[in-house]
Amino acid sequence: MKLKGWKNVNPGAVCTEAGSALQFKTGSWRAYRPRWIEENCIQCLFCWAYCPDMAVNVKDGKMTGFNYDYCKGCGICALECPGKKGNKAIVMEEEGK
Amino acid sequence: MMAKVVAVTGNEAVAYALRQVNPDVSAAYPITPATDIMQRFTSYVSNGQVKTEMVLAESEHSAMSGCIGASAAGGRVMTATSSQGLALMWEELFIASGSRLPIVMALVNRALSAPLNIHGDHSDGMGARDCGWIQLWSENAQEAYDNTIQAFRIAEHMDVRLPVMVCLDGFIISHSIERMEYIDDDAVKNFVGAFKAVNPLLDIEHPVSYGPLILPDYYMEYRKAHAEVMAKVPGIVLDVAKDFEKIASRKYGLFEAYRLDDAEIGIVILNSAAGTSKDVIDSFREKGIKAGLLKPRLFRPFPYDEIGNELKHLKAVCVLDRADAFGGSYGPLFIDIAASLYPHKNGPVLSNKIYGLGGRDYLPEHAEYAINELVEIAKTGKVKTLKEYIGVRE
Ligand code: SF4
Ligand code: SF4
Repeated sequence: MKLKGWKNVNPGAVCTEAGSALQFKTGSWRAYRPRWIEENCIQCLFCWAYCPDMAVNVKDGKMTGFNYDYCKGCGICALECPGKKGNKAIVMEEEGK
Repeated sequence: MMAKVVAVTGNEAVAYALRQVNPDVSAAYPITPATDIMQRFTSYVSNGQVKTEMVLAESEHSAMSGCIGASAAGGRVMTATSSQGLALMWEELFIASGSRLPIVMALVNRALSAPLNIHGDHSDGMGARDCGWIQLWSENAQEAYDNTIQAFRIAEHMDVRLPVMVCLDGFIISHSIERMEYIDDDAVKNFVGAFKAVNPLLDIEHPVSYGPLILPDYYMEYRKAHAEVMAKVPGIVLDVAKDFEKIASRKYGLFEAYRLDDAEIGIVILNSAAGTSKDVIDSFREKGIKAGLLKPRLFRPFPYDEIGNELKHLKAVCVLDRADAFGGSYGPLFIDIAASLYPHKNGPVLSNKIYGLGGRDYLPEHAEYAINELVEIAKTGKVKTLKEYIGVRE
């Protein structure tokens, strides 16, 4: 993407395009990656509700995995995940390992 | 053109101007000596004389935050403060200007703590001189009133969209009664015009976000854009002044030049002390001494070229500062005056005096002292003390 010069930036840095944060992929900040373990998932959607971004993919009311373009690896989903019989359905793993 | 002659305080005059402008929202927190402006304004709100949504905040930080929110929402917004109140608004001042929000704020200049002092000096406004706001300074109640009305037009100009601070001296102007003229309500209303919102948050058909994260790849472009907008401000201030003259028959420029044309020596001074100085200059003129005065009105952005050109023919200039810039440097006004004269290699010899801190009286004898010294400097070309506190006990 060609960067704009100072004459073309929007006054006051106001974003006038709804949902434009989609163009700004923030997943590269991540040091830890959440891994979904489907067999432990009870589909409570706590992960979806607690994720401070919108990085939990849900289709037809069901958790289907993560959107790693935006997931920052904060680990909140893993912390909140009740899992099945004490076995977490989300675990955090170090990136690059 | 209807004008009403009144005897009012500076604060009363500013509050009256704000009633005439009738802003959409105000968020404020009381602080001496600005309290009185908002106290009077809230009476206008209670009495139904304005339709302003009045937010009584729990601190100045919140007051400015409220103004920012209301301005971004799409309203015409104003507030008032002084001293520590302005200091507490500090981070918000940059957010208002960086977000290009046309908020108008009366700053009733007061000394900063510690030691605690409630009286007039310019250290509050000078501390905020580089926060990206426009600053208009006012000598008396009339100028504070006129500047407040013009501030809305300047701030809201489509080529500007920046917040404006209108400065007036605490107590000396804010609480002293003077004769001045009020402009007719309708004339003010027409002059200010209807508020035009830019990217209002409340326009839910066109959702916008304020305050995004701007990283090193873009931050400098935004700062450069801000600097360029500032460069347009002097021209717009002059245009607005021309329009204002039509409703008030009073002329305003970027600064006031008093008996400067044929002057050999000059004083540069802000706000109320300029009045005393002009009287003293008149008495020196009667003795045949060619003294003049320059009183900046638009202090931010500072009109370097225009002021440099106005002073360059003088032999000696004394800049009087009602604030100091600690650290062995000169007073803030001196620094800018020196910069404005830098391109003029044969310009005047400069000296700097610090006066009137914490409300210490500025007396005719102080101006006389400065002018007598200027006469000496003009003769010899030599300055004894480049920077000196005057009216201080040894
Ligand atoms: S790690 Fe954090 S950002 Fe990523 S999906 Fe879980 S809650 Fe969302
Ligand atoms: S919180 Fe855990 S159990 Fe609940 S939907 Fe998400 S992954 Fe499945």
